[in-house]
Amino acid sequence: MSDRHNLEKIAERSFATKLLHFGAEIDEQTGASSTPIFQASTFHQADIMEPPHHDYSRSGNPTREALENYIALLEGGTRGFAFASGMAAISTAFMLLSAGDHVIVTEDVYGGTYRLLTAVLTRFNIETTFVDMTDFEQVTNALKPNTKAVFMETPSNPTLKITDIGRVTGWAKENGLLTMLDNTFMTPYHQRPFELGVDIVLHSATKFLSGHSDVLAGLAVTNDEALGRRLYQLQNGLGAVLSAHESWLLMRGMKTLQARMEHSERSARRLAAWLNDHPEVTRVYYPGLEDHPGRDIHEKQSKGYGAVVSFDVGSGERAASLLSRVQLPLVAVSLGAVESILSYPAKMSHAAMPREVRYERGITDGLVRYSVGLEDIEDLIADLDAALRG
Amino acid sequence: MKIESHLAQIGSVKEPVTGAVSFPVYQATAFRHPKLGQSTGFDYARTKSPTRTVLEEAAAQLESGDAGFACSSGMAALTTIFALFSQGDHLIVSLDLYGGTYRLLERIMSRYGVTASYVDTNDLDGMTELLQSNTKAVLIETPTNPLMMITDLERVSAWAKSKGLLTIVDNTLLTPFFQRPIELGADIVVHSATKYLGGHNDVLAGLIVTKGKELSEQMAFLHNSLGAVLGPQDSWLLMRGMKTLALRMERHQLNATAIANYLLEHEAIEDVYYPALPHHPGHDVQNKQSSGNTGIFSFRLKDARYVEPILRHIKLIAFAESLGGVESLMTYPAVQTHADIPVEIRQKIGVDDRLLRFSVGIEHADDLIADLEQALAAAKREVQEA
Repeated sequence: MSDRHNLEKIAERSFATKLLHFGAEIDEQTGASSTPIFQASTFHQADIMEPPHHDYSRSGNPTREALENYIALLEGGTRGFAFASGMAAISTAFMLLSAGDHVIVTEDVYGGTYRLLTAVLTRFNIETTFVDMTDFEQVTNALKPNTKAVFMETPSNPTLKITDIGRVTGWAKENGLLTMLDNTFMTPYHQRPFELGVDIVLHSATKFLSGHSDVLAGLAVTNDEALGRRLYQLQNGLGAVLSAHESWLLMRGMKTLQARMEHSERSARRLAAWLNDHPEVTRVYYPGLEDHPGRDIHEKQSKGYGAVVSFDVGSGERAASLLSRVQLPLVAVSLGAVESILSYPAKMSHAAMPREVRYERGITDGLVRYSVGLEDIEDLIADLDAALRG
Repeated sequence: MKIESHLAQIGSVKEPVTGAVSFPVYQATAFRHPKLGQSTGFDYARTKSPTRTVLEEAAAQLESGDAGFACSSGMAALTTIFALFSQGDHLIVSLDLYGGTYRLLERIMSRYGVTASYVDTNDLDGMTELLQSNTKAVLIETPTNPLMMITDLERVSAWAKSKGLLTIVDNTLLTPFFQRPIELGADIVVHSATKYLGGHNDVLAGLIVTKGKELSEQMAFLHNSLGAVLGPQDSWLLMRGMKTLALRMERHQLNATAIANYLLEHEAIEDVYYPALPHHPGHDVQNKQSSGNTGIFSFRLKDARYVEPILRHIKLIAFAESLGGVESLMTYPAVQTHADIPVEIRQKIGVDDRLLRFSVGIEHADDLIADLEQALAAAKREVQEA
C-alpha cells in the first residue's frame, strides 16, 4: 500500500492514468507488477495486544482491499466495498434500511432489484414506491413520513431513461433522505455521481468495470465516513463479500476500462444512428440520439452515452426471429463485455416483472437490448442488418 | 458407496467433452442461449454456474439433502437462510453461538423484527418455555463453539417438528464425514465451508443444504435474489479441499484427542472441553449421533495471566482467528471470535478471559505437544517473575 501522501497525488491524476496507477498496482514487498492474490481466509496475529490490519478475510482481505480502494479512487469516494455480485451489493446497501422504512425507486429498475424489493424486502416490511424518475413531480409526490431513501438508475435498464441526478439529490438532502445510484451503465469513466450529491454509488461490476463476461462482482462506494462505517458493518455482518481471486480479475479488467468504453461507445453511437433509420425498427433508445428526451440532462451529468442501445422490432415474433438469426453477438443475459451481447429483457433481465408492469415501462415483447462490444462496428451492423431483414 | 469414496470423487469425470478428472473452473458470467426461450440450463452465473453446481450437488449428496447452495461466506449462507423469515418471526437459538451469527441476529435481523431467544438447546423444557405463537425455527450448533456443548439432534428436531418449527443445524465443526443432521431430522444444514470442508485456511465459503422440495425452491429463490453466491475459482478450490476431508478429519481427531489428554493432565490447566473425553457431559450423545469428533477443543487455564505469554510463545501453532485448517491455530475467543457477544452471555456460557480455543491441525501431535509444553513453561516463568 502506498502512503497517504502518494494517495493524494494519485487522486489528482487524470482518469486514464488512475486506471493504471492507483496505488496498489505494484506489490511493495516484491515489486511484482500486479497485486498478489491473497488466497487466505485468516491471518497470523503476531501480537495479541495489537490486532493486525487483517484478521479474517470476510472482514478484510488485502487483494479485496486493493480493489476497494481502487473503485473509491475512481468514483471520487472515500471507501469502497466489494461484493459477491451486483445484487449482493444492492441487497447489502438496502439493509441500511429497517422495518417500517419506505424507499422511492426508479420504475424501470433492473429486474433483480425489483425482485429483491417486491419479494424479499417486503417481508422485512420495507415499503417501495416505483416512480418514473424522468418526472421530478412523481419523485416528490412519493414522499411519505417514513421515506428514508431514493434509489436511482440512470440511464435506466433497458429503456435508457435519464434521471436528473442533481435535482433528485438536492431535494433528497432537503428531506433528509439517503440517495443511492446504480452506476453500472456509465461507470466512473462517464459519470461520477458523488459530484452530483449521491451518497452511495453501486455497481454490477460484472458488466463494464470487469468487461470480460468472466467475473461476477458488485461494488459500492461511499464518500462519508459515518455511512462508510455503517456499510462496512453490514458487509462484514452479512458476509456477501467478493473473493480474492475475483477481486484480482476485476482489477485486471478495470485497467482497460477507458480503452474499452471509448471504443464501445463510438460503435454504439454509430449503431444507434443506423438503427434509427432502419425500416424494420420501430423505436431506438439511446441517450446519444438527438430526439432522446433525456439527452440534455444526460449531457449535463455525464461525459458519454454508454455502449448499450435498446430497440423495438415491433413484436415478440420479430424479436425471436432476430435473436435466432444474429451470428456475432452472444445471445445471453448480461452486458458490458468485450464481446457484444444481445439480450431479450422480456424473457431475461425483466422476466421477474409482471407483464402489465413491464409494458407500462416500455419493456414490450419486441424490445431487445444490444450491448456493443469491441468487434468491428461494420461487421456488427452487417450481421444485424442480415438478421433484421431475414 | 461409502462417504470416503463420494468425497474423493467430487466432480470427477463429470466434464463430458474432455473427460478431465478435475472439473473445469467455468470463469464465465453469461451463457449463450441456443435459441430464444431455450437454455443450456445456465443463463447467468449468479443464478447457476457450472463449477458451483458440481459443488452444490456434492454438498447435497454428502449431507443427505435435496439441494445445495454455495455462498460467498458462512455468514452469507446464514443471511440467506434468515431471509426465509419475515417481520414478526421468532427463532430459538443455541446459547453458545458463533459471534458472527449472534451479531447478525441482534444487530441486523432485529431491525427487521426477526427476534431470537438464546437457550441451551438440550433443555427441552427451557425451549418449550420460550416458544411463542410466532416461533418459526430452531438454530442449533453442535458441538457449540467454543465450549463444545452437544445437542441431541434427533430429540430436538423431533420436538421442533411437533411444534411446526424448522430445524437448522450448523454442521461446521463435524462436517458430513462425522455427522449428518438431515438424517437425524434437520431441515436445513449450514456450513462455514471456510473451516473443515475447505480445510486449508485459503477459501472463504458457505454452504446450505435443504431437505424438501418447497424449502429447496424457496432457498434457490433467495440465493439468487440476494446474490451472495460463491465464485467459480473458490467453488473449485473448495471441492479440491473436500476430496481429502476424510483423511484430514481422521487426523484432526487423532491429534486433538492426544493433545486434549495431554492438557487435561497439565498443572496449569483447569479443564479441557472436548466431547471425545469421557468426562465431557455430551460424550454419550456425541457418540450416538456422530461417527467421530472434531479437531477443535477449548481449554481453561487456572490463571488468566498465562494467556498473553502462551499466545506470544507458541511457535508452530499460529495465533489467528478461524479454525478447521491443516495448520494449527489458537484463538482467544473472548477478544476475537466472541467479542460481539455481551459480557453477561459470555460469562454465562463460560467464554471468559481464561479460555483458549485450539484448532488442531494435521502436523505431528508430538510437535504440537512440544510447542504447547514450551509455551506453557515460558508462561509459568514469566508469571512467577512478575
